Amino acid sequence: MMAGRRKWLQLGVLAALIVLLPLFFPSGYYYRVGALIFVNALSVVGLVILIGYAGQISLGHAGFAGIGAYACALAPQHLGLHPGLAMLLGALISGVVALLIGRPILRLKGYYLAVATLGFGILMSMVLTNERALTGGPDGMSVEDLGLRAMLRELGWRLSGGEMWYGVSGIALLIGAWVALNLLDSPSGRAMRALHGSEIAASTVGIDIARQKLRAFVISAVYASIAGSLLALQNGFITPDVAGFMHSIEMVTMAVLGGVGSVFGGILGAAILTFLPQLLTVFAEYEQLVLGAVMILVMIFLPQGLLPSIGRRIGRKGE
Amino acid sequence: MSLLEVSGLGIAFGGLMAVNDVSFAVKPGEIVSVIGPNGAGKTTLFNMISGIYRPGRGAVRLNGEDVTGEAPHRLAEKGLSRTFQNLQIFQEMTVLDNVLAGYHLQERGPIWADLLSLPSMRRRATIARDGARALLERVRLDKTEGQQAGSLSYGSLKRLEIARALALNPKILLLDEPAAGCNAVETEEIDHLITELAGSGIAILLVEHDMKLVMRISSHIIVLDHGEKIAEGDPATVSRDPQVIAAYLGAGQEEEAEC
Repeated sequence: MMAGRRKWLQLGVLAALIVLLPLFFPSGYYYRVGALIFVNALSVVGLVILIGYAGQISLGHAGFAGIGAYACALAPQHLGLHPGLAMLLGALISGVVALLIGRPILRLKGYYLAVATLGFGILMSMVLTNERALTGGPDGMSVEDLGLRAMLRELGWRLSGGEMWYGVSGIALLIGAWVALNLLDSPSGRAMRALHGSEIAASTVGIDIARQKLRAFVISAVYASIAGSLLALQNGFITPDVAGFMHSIEMVTMAVLGGVGSVFGGILGAAILTFLPQLLTVFAEYEQLVLGAVMILVMIFLPQGLLPSIGRRIGRKGE
Repeated sequence: MSLLEVSGLGIAFGGLMAVNDVSFAVKPGEIVSVIGPNGAGKTTLFNMISGIYRPGRGAVRLNGEDVTGEAPHRLAEKGLSRTFQNLQIFQEMTVLDNVLAGYHLQERGPIWADLLSLPSMRRRATIARDGARALLERVRLDKTEGQQAGSLSYGSLKRLEIARALALNPKILLLDEPAAGCNAVETEEIDHLITELAGSGIAILLVEHDMKLVMRISSHIIVLDHGEKIAEGDPATVSRDPQVIAAYLGAGQEEEAEC
């Protein structure tokens, strides 16, 4: 199958990039940046499923990242769960919460849906900020170590924290991209793209629109949750900002900037918007200004996002 | 027995009866056409039968089962499929994917199989793909399968929509102006296709303005005017009916008779 071969080619390129990039790292610090890029990219891939495939918007997905992050912080402390299992518990809770709130709010369309999801995100971040006794409030709380590094050391594999998280997040991103690409070329993915194109036509060919929207919402929530967990585990510390409004906006911006229609567009967007601020520190206090200008220019000249627009241009030249 | 039975169907939009007390039945293999001047309520009638509008009164029965007001995707599961007057194409998807969407009910499975690309999913998708390719061949679009649907011509899109509707393997097919905007050759192709489908036992409900086409292929004609059924019968009877002639030719509406 052509589509199948293309999928493995894309994943191969991504894997090669993840493996080869460290050769060009000037310092160990860049492993940290790389790990952050992969974690952000993972949640953006989830949003590509929701926004790019199914055509639904969410401005509250950081709420699910918050659930994932705090599950990793709280469950080991209160339930004695291993942090790895806590991540799965967080993903499960996020999925169930998405199922429960998705059912009523996915009836809404366009900006009504945007506002409703925004409300969910704000609610989550308020709960995390105000439940001081449990979450430590705005000061945040520490997260138990995953214990993976110690385990690897016993196996004779000495890695720095940065190196290990670079690897773990890279693998998580590869799996996330693989699942998203599987979905794209599957009956469910087709149904999601179909309802994105025309809800009336989709329903007349037998697609249960509400069900497919809900599936996309739940899947993307699980992505955000796992990304939030990985973020908490690698930082060893977490604050309510992870569930905050700005984080939600960042996620959507990354997806849209890179090209929300494609998994690799989303990854590119996450890479650029995570890395650019590091690069732009030379502009000192004008950093935010330059970042904003870059974003505006991209959206004006490449309205479909970086990757699809560039791909189209190359395609046109090739004809 | 009738496959589709519509009785006393009516709907009002803001106090205006768009369709009022319309009844008829379609048997397997029959081609029933709904004709009438613009604004007579033909598409509204289609939208009620296919579940897009909930009828204000009356009932729709499929195979004897009351399906009034059921959601379109439920009706699709029960064997009803349709096309649209103003194309409803998945523009951003490829031509092949558009037809594959029509195979949704046959290729769908557990979400896990889709997410993990399990062999069971790939098997189902391959069967659907083979079927979709055969349908594209049937409507002569097989050469365009990889193109984005939005890039096709109007006539091709009309045929693509029919292929997608057929992908459901329907018992009854509602065609809303399938020949609109098509040239003489394309119209003739659609004519053959519809007759062939009816010949294979599918019940066809047709809205069409091309009177020559309607008169040639219909087994039964229903005439609507101002939302009410004013006549019905075989083509010869209907074309002689004074009320029909008045609706079409009266009040200076000659131009509509030619459409």
